[in-house]
Amino acid sequence: MAGILLVEDDPSVRTALELALSRQGHSVTAYSTGEEALDHIRARRPEIAILDVMLPGINGVEVCRRIRKLDQLPVILLTARGDDLDIVVGLEAGADDYVVKPVEPRVLDARIRAVLRRVESASSDRLTFGDLVIDRGALKVMLAGREIHLTPTELRLLLELVRHPGQVLNRRYLLRVIWDHTHAADSRLVDTCVQRVRAKLERVPANPTYIQTVRGFGYRFSPP
Amino acid sequence: MKAAHRLLPTGLRGRLVITFTLVAIAASALVAGMGYGLAKNALTTRTEDVAVTSVSTALERITLPLGSLWPGEPAPTAQDLEELRSSLGGSGRQVVMEYQDNVYAGSMLTIADVPNELRARAAWRLVTQRVRVADRLWLLLGTQVQRTTRGGQVQPTGLKVFVFVSLDEEERLLNELRSSLATAGGITLLIALTGALFSARRVLLPVRRLRDAARALGAGHLNTRLPVRGRDELAELTATFNETAAALEKSVAELRNLEAMSRRFVADVSHELRTPLTAMTAVTELLLEEAERLPKAPAEAVRLVLHEVERLRVLVEQLIETSKFDSGAATLSLETVNVNDVICDSLEIRGWTGAVRVEASEWLTFHLDPRRFDVIVANLVGNAQKHGAPPVELTVRDTPHGLEVKVRDHGKGIPPEAIGRVFDRFYKSSSSGSGLGLPIARSNAQLHGGTISVRPQDPGVLFTVWLPRR
Repeated sequence: MAGILLVEDDPSVRTALELALSRQGHSVTAYSTGEEALDHIRARRPEIAILDVMLPGINGVEVCRRIRKLDQLPVILLTARGDDLDIVVGLEAGADDYVVKPVEPRVLDARIRAVLRRVESASSDRLTFGDLVIDRGALKVMLAGREIHLTPTELRLLLELVRHPGQVLNRRYLLRVIWDHTHAADSRLVDTCVQRVRAKLERVPANPTYIQTVRGFGYRFSPP
Repeated sequence: MKAAHRLLPTGLRGRLVITFTLVAIAASALVAGMGYGLAKNALTTRTEDVAVTSVSTALERITLPLGSLWPGEPAPTAQDLEELRSSLGGSGRQVVMEYQDNVYAGSMLTIADVPNELRARAAWRLVTQRVRVADRLWLLLGTQVQRTTRGGQVQPTGLKVFVFVSLDEEERLLNELRSSLATAGGITLLIALTGALFSARRVLLPVRRLRDAARALGAGHLNTRLPVRGRDELAELTATFNETAAALEKSVAELRNLEAMSRRFVADVSHELRTPLTAMTAVTELLLEEAERLPKAPAEAVRLVLHEVERLRVLVEQLIETSKFDSGAATLSLETVNVNDVICDSLEIRGWTGAVRVEASEWLTFHLDPRRFDVIVANLVGNAQKHGAPPVELTVRDTPHGLEVKVRDHGKGIPPEAIGRVFDRFYKSSSSGSGLGLPIARSNAQLHGGTISVRPQDPGVLFTVWLPRR
């Protein structure tokens, strides 16, 4: 059950997705343009946005970028199959996940649930790594005393890495744990998400100190 | 025949040079030969005339009583005759005399050096002949001295005089002439050869340019053109070449345009089909659940439509993929991955994990494009499951040259006439399938610089993928 903001220009696809998602138990508000959706986003306060990339006017990637400026609302992009560039650009713009058209409602539902999965904030402990403070109780990340705003997906990735300090986590593992993807070929999700976290966390994102790449294997959180 | 061909330079340039040179040699030989003949003739005639005149004059001056003596005349002594002989001689002359069975000769030449035939003829008149004695060339004059009697009669005296006039000087002159002619001939030959080479080059340069241009045209540089110079046959040929190249370029451009248009058409159609398919796919599950509640016939109809929607979806995806390969838009995004993981994921998301026996090292990593590798594995395994029979075996091997993946089924195999065509687009050995899966798998392997081959087995078929190490 989630409040979904759907942006899709084709009326048939929009109606069909509304039907399918409502049947899965979600409440869907659908718009045909990005501008319209952005106008209503504050009022509706959806839990997740599903954006078609190819839209008249501002495209889905741009809508995603503008949403990111407003808040940490999770975004799933609806892309045309194999348009690799779209996917990469969309993920870099801050999308949490993508699905390829034509999508089976079952798959879309699984992705929605994965993205919306709450981070378990059981132990109210604070972890300190130099300037970086991670409050696992309040789900807050502070860098040199200032709070850093991470999207839920970015936060889950960081917490997963922090849970295994010094240990290399491969992309396949991260894909399964955070995105519920069983396809190793989707590893760009991991890569772009790590880049986004680094951009917010690292002083020099090109020369990271917290999240290090282990070429050919995966990523490692190494406390300074 | 062939060997002879190889011995002779058969190139146009060689033939031109040889012909030119041969003509030059013949012409200069003819001119030199004629000149030499004329010079020699003139020289010989002059020498002979001089010799004959001087000898005749000398003989006419003889006052010695010879032949039938007049009364009161003493017979010439041997000394008189010897004196006469030496008076007839001179520089470059040797004299031999024969008188009343006695021979008077110098130290160098004897009567034996005078040919018998000439001796005989000399009895009647003045005869000349060229002889070679002691390695030197002589002009030999022979005559019998005549004496005019007091009565005015001319009588032979019986004194035969043979004068050897040395032709050394003449020979030297002729030698000189020969060597100058040879030098001149050599120089002419050299000039001819240079001229031949130069003109062959001039003639052949456009030919060579045409050859290079034709070669460039063949290599696909259809915009190759040549400057047309002059109005000769070669210029005409060059102009024709340019026209042909232009026509070829135009028709190839048209063909390419048509091809690109039809490709774009396929791509556009596929993209356009995707939108309605997305809408249909979205409501598939809903309809499938509803079908449970429908009467048998409409339920069957709904299931049929949904089945065909799925088929259409696969076909459109494969068409889009194929048109990407055709337009050259397909790119590799390589990363080092655990091969076993990619294969397991590929089978798992398609629900094939239990149906395929995988034999692969758990730790084998390889540098490849995981999404494309996934497509290769999925198409080959899907093909084995659809057209073959279990067990389907997938074996991965790391070789020194690259990665080798074998997919084998144990079905009834592919008919021999079909095995060469399984990678052809839309070639289907049975009615199921799109006929695009294997071509796409092969395009993906080729994008990696690799190959896919197929071999019949007993029973079943074996597909072998090879991807090079990068």
